[in-house]
Amino acid sequence: MKRKRNRKAGWVCALMALLMLMAACSQPGAGGGSSGGSSGGSSGESSGGPSGSSGGEAPGTGGSAIGFIFVGTKDDYGYNQAAYIGSEAVEKAFPDLKVLRAENVPETAEAERVLEQMIKDGAKILFPTSYGHLDPALNVAARHPDAVFFHQGGLKTAENLGTYFGTIWEPVYLAGIAAGKMSKTGKLGYIVSVPIPQVLLNINAFTLGARSVNPDATTTVVFTGSWCDPGQQANAANSLIDGGADVLTQHQDCTKTIIETAERRGVMSVGYHADASSLASLGWIVGSVWNWPDLFVDMAKTAVEGNFKGSKYDGKFRGGLADNVVRLTGFGENVPEDVRTLVEQKKEELLSGRLHPFAGPVRDQSGAVRIEEGVIPTVEELESTDYLVEGVIGNIPQ
Amino acid sequence: MIADILTGALRSGTSVMLASQGELISERAGVINLGTEGCMLAGALGGFATTVWTGNPWLGALAGGLCGMLLSLIHACLVLDRGANQLASGLTLMFFGIGVTAFLGRSFVSEQIVGFNPAPIPVLSDIPVLGEVLFNHDPLTYLSMLLVPALWFVLFRTRIGIILRAAGEREEVLFACGVNPRLVRYAAVLAGGFLAGIGGAQLSVAYTHSWVENMTAGRGVVAVAMVIFAAWRPFRAMLGAYLFGAAQALQLTVQQQGLPISPYFLFMAPYVLTLAALLIVERRKRSSVPEGLSRVFAADADG
Repeated sequence: MKRKRNRKAGWVCALMALLMLMAACSQPGAGGGSSGGSSGGSSGESSGGPSGSSGGEAPGTGGSAIGFIFVGTKDDYGYNQAAYIGSEAVEKAFPDLKVLRAENVPETAEAERVLEQMIKDGAKILFPTSYGHLDPALNVAARHPDAVFFHQGGLKTAENLGTYFGTIWEPVYLAGIAAGKMSKTGKLGYIVSVPIPQVLLNINAFTLGARSVNPDATTTVVFTGSWCDPGQQANAANSLIDGGADVLTQHQDCTKTIIETAERRGVMSVGYHADASSLASLGWIVGSVWNWPDLFVDMAKTAVEGNFKGSKYDGKFRGGLADNVVRLTGFGENVPEDVRTLVEQKKEELLSGRLHPFAGPVRDQSGAVRIEEGVIPTVEELESTDYLVEGVIGNIPQ
Repeated sequence: MIADILTGALRSGTSVMLASQGELISERAGVINLGTEGCMLAGALGGFATTVWTGNPWLGALAGGLCGMLLSLIHACLVLDRGANQLASGLTLMFFGIGVTAFLGRSFVSEQIVGFNPAPIPVLSDIPVLGEVLFNHDPLTYLSMLLVPALWFVLFRTRIGIILRAAGEREEVLFACGVNPRLVRYAAVLAGGFLAGIGGAQLSVAYTHSWVENMTAGRGVVAVAMVIFAAWRPFRAMLGAYLFGAAQALQLTVQQQGLPISPYFLFMAPYVLTLAALLIVERRKRSSVPEGLSRVFAADADG
């Protein structure tokens, strides 16, 4: 008898749990209510779809907030700090809109949850700022056709999701020229995370830059397997310095540890993502940084005014040195005048289009020609780089 | 190149080694603390923050140890007073440590400190190869090298050591001697947390001079595994930790040679090498599991 009642109670519990789960799942759809109003409890996809278009409102308009998600913390002297500064500019430019921010959002379904919450809180414009936020963002974008998504660095797009990025390899090439000039040993060290195209592209640009002024220079690449593991970064930096490298640069999200380690051990450093010259008064050469504020404000403005569809941001937008989306930082105190002049001169040539870092012939590590003489590769071709150029010491999985 | 790898072994192995010595004390008394990772993080943040505030890395290291101890106090209370499952409590503590340090540490990410720097020991550091490998480190690393023989001596040659080991093997003996085994275990868990905290502080204050959330990246978990595979012996745990460090350094050196080996394969090399080596050393030593611990693994622990 007692057991029977227990079993009944168990069934009731299970049913209630199921109900709550269903309620929780259907909730996201209710967030899109302000434009259509017909989200009476059916699933998000069926209510959101028609309401977005039948309301006649352009996606991205009518929101009360703009959302930003970051994969790390805002003051890591790196990738996230650069994006955070962009979000501050948006905050200033749109005093009527609330800026919602979430740091340390992992590149998992957790990102979907955070984006959904921001939409529920009134955001119609969202900036998922990490490479791995793309797939979660695409899922959320499909459920909310009335919102606009600007993803940083993505290679896939959707109706209401555009991606933006900067051709950072342009300033990286210039930094390579400076590094090639400054290095005494001709051995440059590059600490990176994992072999993805963005990373390989930067290594190649840096090496081509260095070898354009010192044909004997080599870049030794070390993969750490992580975007920010200070312990392993310090290991890698020390190991490269022990091996004779006298200039260190990196493609990591947090850059502080490597620059400080280089400075303590008396070697030079080239920055990435954010200006870290204050960390290395002796060894800082120059750095390549993002300049998101103007671009972020312009993208947000385009969406707020309902002009996202068909704009240059609807798709893959790539800004460069000429658009001031990426730029070179100031030089370190110990960089002599002739190096500064040379880099400035090369920068002018880049801006005027007379110089392209990847103008053929470009050979890979095995000596095979990857870009033919006289050919200038497109941005798409460069973004699918899967090789390292001649002069790079290091190995990538084939 | 060999010297570089060995130097790298000590550089990156020391934080793991300190944590493993702490865990060893705790496990010898019969309490396994899977929250060592959390204690290391607490130590890393506490040490870094104190160094920022006071400008004194010694105070930082001390504070790091105390923070690690504070976190292990939670484990001790739950396990020894409330009779909680040791494995569950430890795991929870690990994630608590990751979360709470990420939250409290936010404002310290961009801070700069003057931490410990390598201080070559005069004369000794001039010895070729050996001097470079052993005598050109930060002060915490030197202390950690002295700690291991000291711990061995205390464990196996003193009365305190016998009491500690008895707590992990036969608590009846302690009752008969008029010693409260619970107090001994409390002391052991706290000492373990303290050393894990120092290990974390070594990472943040001495080695990297940085704080980043979750910066230990699994080193505390490796330390726990190390103790078990080292059959609860201090020198073996030290060897294991340095081996782990050496494998990390070797991995980076191999990459710089440009050999055709996938970096992804090299990422796992430190773990595989350490496990393989310790497995070979350990084989015969199954019987050395403290009895109190074997009860935990058999899941009928009474705390």
